[in-house]
Amino acid sequence: MIRIEPAGAEAALISFERPPSRLLSSSIIDFARRVEARLGAAVLDMIPGWDTLLIHYSLRRIDYPSLERLLGPMLSDWRELDTGQVRTARRHEMPVWYVGEDLAEVAEACGLSVEEVIERHAAGDYYVGAVGFVPGYAYLGGLDPLLVRPRRATPRTLVPAGSVAIAEHQTGIYPQALPGGWNLIGRCPTRLYDPSRWPPGRFEVGDAVRFYAIDENEFHALDGEWEMPVGRVK
Amino acid sequence: MTQRKKGGTGALELLEPGVLSLIQDRGRIGSQRFGVSRSGVMDPHAAAWANRMLDNPAGSPLIEVTLGGLRLRAREDTWLAFTGAGMALHLDGRPLSGWSRFAIRAGQTLSVGFASSGQRGYLAVRGGFLVEPKLGSVATHARNRLGGLHGDGRPLARGDLLPHPPGGDAFRLGARVPWKMIPDYREVPLLRVLPGGDHHLFPTAQVERFFDQRWQVSASSDRMGIRLCHERPLREVPSRKMSLGICPGAIQVPPNGEPIVLMSDCQTMGGYPLFGWLHPLDLGRLSQVPARQEVRFAPIDVETMQAELARFNDFFDHPPPQPY
Repeated sequence: MIRIEPAGAEAALISFERPPSRLLSSSIIDFARRVEARLGAAVLDMIPGWDTLLIHYSLRRIDYPSLERLLGPMLSDWRELDTGQVRTARRHEMPVWYVGEDLAEVAEACGLSVEEVIERHAAGDYYVGAVGFVPGYAYLGGLDPLLVRPRRATPRTLVPAGSVAIAEHQTGIYPQALPGGWNLIGRCPTRLYDPSRWPPGRFEVGDAVRFYAIDENEFHALDGEWEMPVGRVK
Repeated sequence: MTQRKKGGTGALELLEPGVLSLIQDRGRIGSQRFGVSRSGVMDPHAAAWANRMLDNPAGSPLIEVTLGGLRLRAREDTWLAFTGAGMALHLDGRPLSGWSRFAIRAGQTLSVGFASSGQRGYLAVRGGFLVEPKLGSVATHARNRLGGLHGDGRPLARGDLLPHPPGGDAFRLGARVPWKMIPDYREVPLLRVLPGGDHHLFPTAQVERFFDQRWQVSASSDRMGIRLCHERPLREVPSRKMSLGICPGAIQVPPNGEPIVLMSDCQTMGGYPLFGWLHPLDLGRLSQVPARQEVRFAPIDVETMQAELARFNDFFDHPPPQPY
């Protein structure tokens, strides 16, 4: 059952107690919109997770008992959305130059050829399950089960910016150079985070994401771009 | 250097940044959903007093001086306030007391010594430093490359010019924070925790251990998190499947059983099991505890915690917030 609890003095944590899925992510986003409508300016920020929603609110506007009372009916009536009720998600088509440092190793461990790994990764229909770790980083669900690999035994001290990586049932793109333990299979040239824009990050929970393969020349042509190449954005 | 006329927009010239000096405010609100950390001052209590002493709006940009060693020179007359850690203050060699406001004249040099108690001092200027906010805040966050004097998360450096509004004639007299309001950072603090998150999955004996024993602050603590250690760490730490939204004050317990209290610069998503959340005012107190010193914990409920925070807000909010 859905649970709410205080998460410190100015936040409330809602746990949906369901297995993560595309539908659950859409339902959490739908719920977050309704919370924002109900509480108005008392909400300072919200962090949706795979199966949770953290609501930051202002104690200057509302205290926890009142918040719990206001959200009570919404919580007890909550149901996961049906497929038909899901709003059309925003779609991102992300270019990938499949030259990751671990591509060959991943292919061998999965019993596939490098071409098959690329094909399967690019064929995937992904959804954003969570955003965080660093600005602009999206945890993407929906990875082909044949591509599921554990994290690397020893994390790299520096993963290059733009690295497209896989680990467990997830895939994602590193917005900046960072230490990391995921398996690197490609590089994405487009920018994912820009603090001079609003919103500063490209991805939000519930968004749909697909990848398409590009070659080295296309990679360099798109390097550092924010706007998506014409004809690819849907 | 040409002296500008008295009372104009001024600047403090940083002669020495010290160990780590950062422009901070109350942090970045509203972009955590994009993975942007909140950041902001580590000790809201000491920082609030610095601004209050100068009659600044609450949350005005100030300098957080970690461990000390800062020196600066004024280009115009203005007023400064210093609160927080016990760092010896000298104005042109003349000693000043901490937790006070004082006038500084054009050409005078303020030096901030190294901390003899506490970890972080707060240096505010009358009117607040004039720094361009990024995503709604000037808070310096190195890893997110946001905030600070240049907007890119760099800490303050030698030669930086910190602009401030005119304020030379703001006050007639210096002032000190009432001594009763000044914490003694050398005491072993009792930090209050709201249990929650994965708390119910910890065995009772481990919950008791958390509250019964004194924990040592690890030397590998920073603005992202304060690590606690003990020869008997928590055992039978439960596991958490999915990462979730986190915020400063959250207490995570990694598999090694040594709790981490998340601080201002923490990430927005975390995957370790959560034990609970620290009282936001006690979080500031924790930020003043030097490495290898001890802290104790006690449980608190949300009503008490919110009542205390509301009193704190009522006292320090200036100007008062608009009615809802």
